[in-house]
Amino acid sequence: MKKDILRGLKTAFPIALGYLPLGMAFGILAAQQGLTALDVFFLSFLVYAGSAQFIASAMISSGAASAAIILTTFLVNLRHLLMSASLAPYLKHISSPVLAWISTGITDETFAAGYPEASSGKVTPAFYIGLHCLSHASWIFATVTGCLLGTRITNPEKWGLDFALPAMFIALLFMQLKNKKDILVALAAGILSTALAFVLKDNFNIIAATMTAASVGVLIEK
Amino acid sequence: MKKEILFIIIGMSIVTQLPRIIPLVVLTRINLPPLLVRWLKHIPVAVLSALLFPSLLLTNGSFSLSLDNTALLAAIPCMVLAAKTKNLFLTVFTGIIISALLQLL
Repeated sequence: MKKDILRGLKTAFPIALGYLPLGMAFGILAAQQGLTALDVFFLSFLVYAGSAQFIASAMISSGAASAAIILTTFLVNLRHLLMSASLAPYLKHISSPVLAWISTGITDETFAAGYPEASSGKVTPAFYIGLHCLSHASWIFATVTGCLLGTRITNPEKWGLDFALPAMFIALLFMQLKNKKDILVALAAGILSTALAFVLKDNFNIIAATMTAASVGVLIEK
Repeated sequence: MKKEILFIIIGMSIVTQLPRIIPLVVLTRINLPPLLVRWLKHIPVAVLSALLFPSLLLTNGSFSLSLDNTALLAAIPCMVLAAKTKNLFLTVFTGIIISALLQLL
């Protein structure tokens, strides 16, 4: 149990560090758009989804309708559906209430970093306690801190902070690439996602490209 | 805290958490067809790549393959480092520094 929590924490550590600049950047922006530290806390605690928080914060400050903000959030975060489904074959031994809790901590990063452990078939809830608690705590801490620093810092991109997210995706992607087929799937997904960005809104390019590339992956097996 | 914003956040939370919770809770209780399991195995690589490419190749919604695209420039050494070390922290940390240096140029 203790060993599993520790391994979860170890897996979360680089994510937690990556969330610091990213979360700060969000908090700073949110403050400049008029959100309070309490707003940011509840967003990070209850929603816990980077890109959706950036989009929602901008929409709130521009006075968009509540329904439009919530619908956009739903669409932008729908990709979690695929991540959650892809963990299912490996977590059958865990009870439903615990699974429900584990699910709420699924982000692009915790999903990708935890996937190797999950697919080994021996993952325990304790591993997820370590992985999800530290990652989530870091996100909350970074975003609220950024909001409190708020308007005193301008241009977070000047500090290279906006590159934390692509850099995290790069590292997580390369950790998953095991053979030529994986590389083909990655190229298909990436190229398609970029091309579809011109015709599909609200991250639907990501969902469509992911589903298509996974199908390509099945077709090129053997 | 304004009531309106709290209402929005709670709504956002519900529509974000349900797609996270439902597949995992429901699909672990049934036996998935092997073809679907094979398909799901490709999701991690596919979704990460689908997130990454647009974040590097698109600037403000338009295609950008120039030296002004610092994200793309910073990504190249990051990819080499990630492939060699498979180290998340080292890659993110180096990426931020390279990106900051490129902004200065």
